[in-house]
Amino acid sequence: MKDLIKIDHLRTHFFSDKNVVKAVNDVSLRVREGETVCVVGESGCGKSVTAMSIMGLIEEPGGKVVGGSIEFDGRDLLKLSKNELRTIRGNDISMIFQEPMSSLNPVLKIGQQIMEPLIVHQKLSKKEARARAIELIEQVGISRAEQIADSYPHELSGGMLQRIMIAIAISCGPKLLIADEPTTALDVTIQAQILDMLREFKKKSNMSMMLITHDLGVVAEMADYVVVMYAGKVVEEGEVVKLFESPKHPYTQGLLKSKPIINQRQDELYSIPGQVPNPLDLTDSCYFHDRCAHCMDICRTKQPVLKGVADQQKAACWLYEEAVVHV
Amino acid sequence: MAIHSTPVTDAVPAAKTTPKSSSLFKQSMRRLLRNKLAIFGLAVVVIMFIACFLGPVFSPYADNKIHMNVMNKAPSMKHWLGTDALGRDVLTRVLQAGRISLTVGLASMFLSVFIGALLGAIAGYYRGIVDQIIMRIADLLLTIPGLPLLFIFGALLSEWKVPTNYRMYIVMLMLGLVNWPGLARMVRGQMLSLREREFMQAAVVLGLRDRRKLFNHLLPNIVPLLIVIATLNIGGSILSESVLSFFGLGVMPPTPTWGNMIDAANNLIDFQEHPWLWIPPGFSIFITVIAINIFGDGLRDVLDPKQKR
Repeated sequence: MKDLIKIDHLRTHFFSDKNVVKAVNDVSLRVREGETVCVVGESGCGKSVTAMSIMGLIEEPGGKVVGGSIEFDGRDLLKLSKNELRTIRGNDISMIFQEPMSSLNPVLKIGQQIMEPLIVHQKLSKKEARARAIELIEQVGISRAEQIADSYPHELSGGMLQRIMIAIAISCGPKLLIADEPTTALDVTIQAQILDMLREFKKKSNMSMMLITHDLGVVAEMADYVVVMYAGKVVEEGEVVKLFESPKHPYTQGLLKSKPIINQRQDELYSIPGQVPNPLDLTDSCYFHDRCAHCMDICRTKQPVLKGVADQQKAACWLYEEAVVHV
Repeated sequence: MAIHSTPVTDAVPAAKTTPKSSSLFKQSMRRLLRNKLAIFGLAVVVIMFIACFLGPVFSPYADNKIHMNVMNKAPSMKHWLGTDALGRDVLTRVLQAGRISLTVGLASMFLSVFIGALLGAIAGYYRGIVDQIIMRIADLLLTIPGLPLLFIFGALLSEWKVPTNYRMYIVMLMLGLVNWPGLARMVRGQMLSLREREFMQAAVVLGLRDRRKLFNHLLPNIVPLLIVIATLNIGGSILSESVLSFFGLGVMPPTPTWGNMIDAANNLIDFQEHPWLWIPPGFSIFITVIAINIFGDGLRDVLDPKQKR
């Protein structure tokens, strides 16, 4: 399968008065055509910033993509002009945000907001766009589409709004859909419906999807390939079944262990000890070393690189480095 | 913003709910109608407009001919508000003056709202150097108090001997130019906060042009604010125009405006002996401006609840 988007050594930094926060620190990942890649990690690990970098949402002077490349369909998104980027956004790549309630303009009618990308990118007339918008509202499983098209965002519930967001995102038939925690703000039953819908659209249109989440349940349900991020770096990636069966990196192992298992009584749910390191004072070490049960001397002084550790599975950990003597 | 949440259950495909699809406009209208004082203000303004624009049509004295035989006559059945020193009917002139004053108020309001909203929106949206330039110009205009600035302009007009029939239009321009900076500031402030909202990120992600983002997405969010400011602005403009004309720096006689009609009060004899010359235009200014302000306050309560005092 061809690579649809290939991110190479992406580095996105944020600047404050004196400090630099390396929110995304040398991240490489790719999404192939028709594939769903899940990016997981806890809050602040750089998942969302990676997505924002792809969409060009990092705004100077606060932050900046300082290095790397994002190749989409053979073109480096970071080198495109504002206008070229605009024709890709919303058309070839679209994005769904975490908060459906605040992602729609409160003073515009739902219908208008769905029509907008159709008019801009597909060059439809107002009438055609409206017809298509109503079709889309029906497609995302909302009845009374005509009426909904004429209502304002505050008149709909969160679940409905997220469906509308999906309708907007798929309206131009994008090749890549980036969903940044699309179900976090919704309750569980709605979550399942939304995920089902995304999966269905993906199958129908052979669209690729980059799903950002911290919910391992969502990962298991949706992903073909999983990328685990920690403190701005990819610590492990692999094919979903293999990664769940035999996680290699201690962080991934910890994540999977802290997931409740149905039908199994546990007095206390496991959690990884310690906290995410402060992104301001990262030293040249494995960022996970002080929370890791297998920490060795080398972990404190040198950063491991991402390497193949098994078939279709890579991890960045000294445990799998042959030259290192295990203690 | 009018947030009248209508209960809607979640749309499981076959959900049967009927949200009241009333537009924000209709909701706001309903709330405005409940505000008696504001409606009273609106009624007064509307009556004033109708009277000024239609009234002179029915007046037998609309030609403004000089009648030496009926100079300075007190109100009577023939001349309801008396006549002035040239024998012209005061009521007719007050109404004709109202046309000018209201037109100047409206036109300068449109001008200042247009300039202020446009520049404020551009400054707030683009920030950086554009913002700096626009806002420093605005600051500059704001550092000089409005009235003295208008006086300087007015004096210049007299100095350059601008024909009296053009002066009315130039006064509109002047008032518009003096009023935009405050509005631009307010709009800019709103823009700065709106542009960071998540729905604007979503608009970026949709690949919309700046122009579309600015005018289709951001400006509609501040329309309520604009309506309120615009309304209150009319009152202010009418007052400023009256002040200017009163001092003989605005619209010049023979074109009547409320301001230059009150000028009669400057003359001790007219002030003491002929009160019908200056009370009616003064009263008109008073009533109109008060009514506009009452209505504007009511509008603000309805459209912009955040600013409620």
